[in-house]
Amino acid sequence: MKCTVCREPALIDLRRHNAAFCGEHHSRFCRDQVQRAIDDFDMFAPDARVLVAVSGGKDSLALWHLLKALGYDAHGLYLGLGIGEYSDASRDHVLAFTDAHDVPLVEIDLLDTFGYDIPTGAQASRRTPCSACGLSKRHLFDSAALDGGFDVLATGHNLDDEAAVLFGNVLHWQTEYLARQQPVLPAGAGFPRKVKPLVRLSEREMAAYCIINGIDYQVDECPMSAGNRHLAYKEALNGIESRSPGSKADFYFGFLRSAADVFQTATDDGSEPVPCETCGAPCSGGRCAFCRLVERAGGEPTMVRVDAPTRRSDQGGPT
Amino acid sequence: MIVRLRNPERQIEAPGPALVSVVLERLGIDREGVLVIRNGTIVPGDTRLEDDDEIEIRPVISGGAG
Repeated sequence: MKCTVCREPALIDLRRHNAAFCGEHHSRFCRDQVQRAIDDFDMFAPDARVLVAVSGGKDSLALWHLLKALGYDAHGLYLGLGIGEYSDASRDHVLAFTDAHDVPLVEIDLLDTFGYDIPTGAQASRRTPCSACGLSKRHLFDSAALDGGFDVLATGHNLDDEAAVLFGNVLHWQTEYLARQQPVLPAGAGFPRKVKPLVRLSEREMAAYCIINGIDYQVDECPMSAGNRHLAYKEALNGIESRSPGSKADFYFGFLRSAADVFQTATDDGSEPVPCETCGAPCSGGRCAFCRLVERAGGEPTMVRVDAPTRRSDQGGPT
Repeated sequence: MIVRLRNPERQIEAPGPALVSVVLERLGIDREGVLVIRNGTIVPGDTRLEDDDEIEIRPVISGGAG
């Protein structure tokens, strides 16, 4: 198999694009797709300060690497979840990346800052671990982006993530979630602007980008995600994609093009969020879900102040 | 050939020579959900793998919604 661009031996074939690429041209393809997503969806300006939520996995590290390669001012945000050896290894991957690329990183540790971790938080709040994790991430990503004065919060959601979430939301007709399933969520009412620059790229393309560019990412799955229904949705969609390449992209971008507006109009009840009584974050009233989770887990709700990000080289190397 | 699988980590043996696509098909693995790596390099589906090769079949599907 030859590279579609240069005819050198190809490393990866992308059937949905009827193309195959060598390492150099796969990387160029990924950069082009990210820039196209940023431009097409008017995600952020060339001089924007971007906060990238990084987990140590392939998507977030690849996103950070791609944004830097495209010349953006991209800072990382790592949230220590306290999921045993898995979190320790995740952090190691993030720190190795920051050391290798000399990029600024903001770190927040759940246990140190709020007195709980995901396993105890999930148990105490009677949520699934993925629910407690998602709630914590959304709250802290938002507050870190706002407190740090960033123009935009970028996450590593890729085409497979978005197609799987869309599949689940359609399967159960979660119209409120369908209304919010956009690659850009505007700032306002106490929320930062949020963007998903990887929506034009698949998980397989992201993993290949990491391997080609020497990005050592966390391959092992979170031990608490076993049985997660999104994994089943992704497997189902991959089965369809194998038989009909391009189906995932058609499904997701067809939704954005033809149906998303319908759900936004139908679910817009005009209500505005109000500040949480404890932390000030936007919520529907009283105390926000994050503060209730922290309290049930025996921790201490508090404001997080995000100071200037640090470069690892400023700290005298790895600890 | 020796095949390294992840999540959970394990090793199995598979007969070679065989194309990457054939190895995946024999193991019942959907190509959309994995990359095949030999000597640190990704190999596409039409690559011929020899009986003495060692490969990793790396899953690319992440849990959750990102």
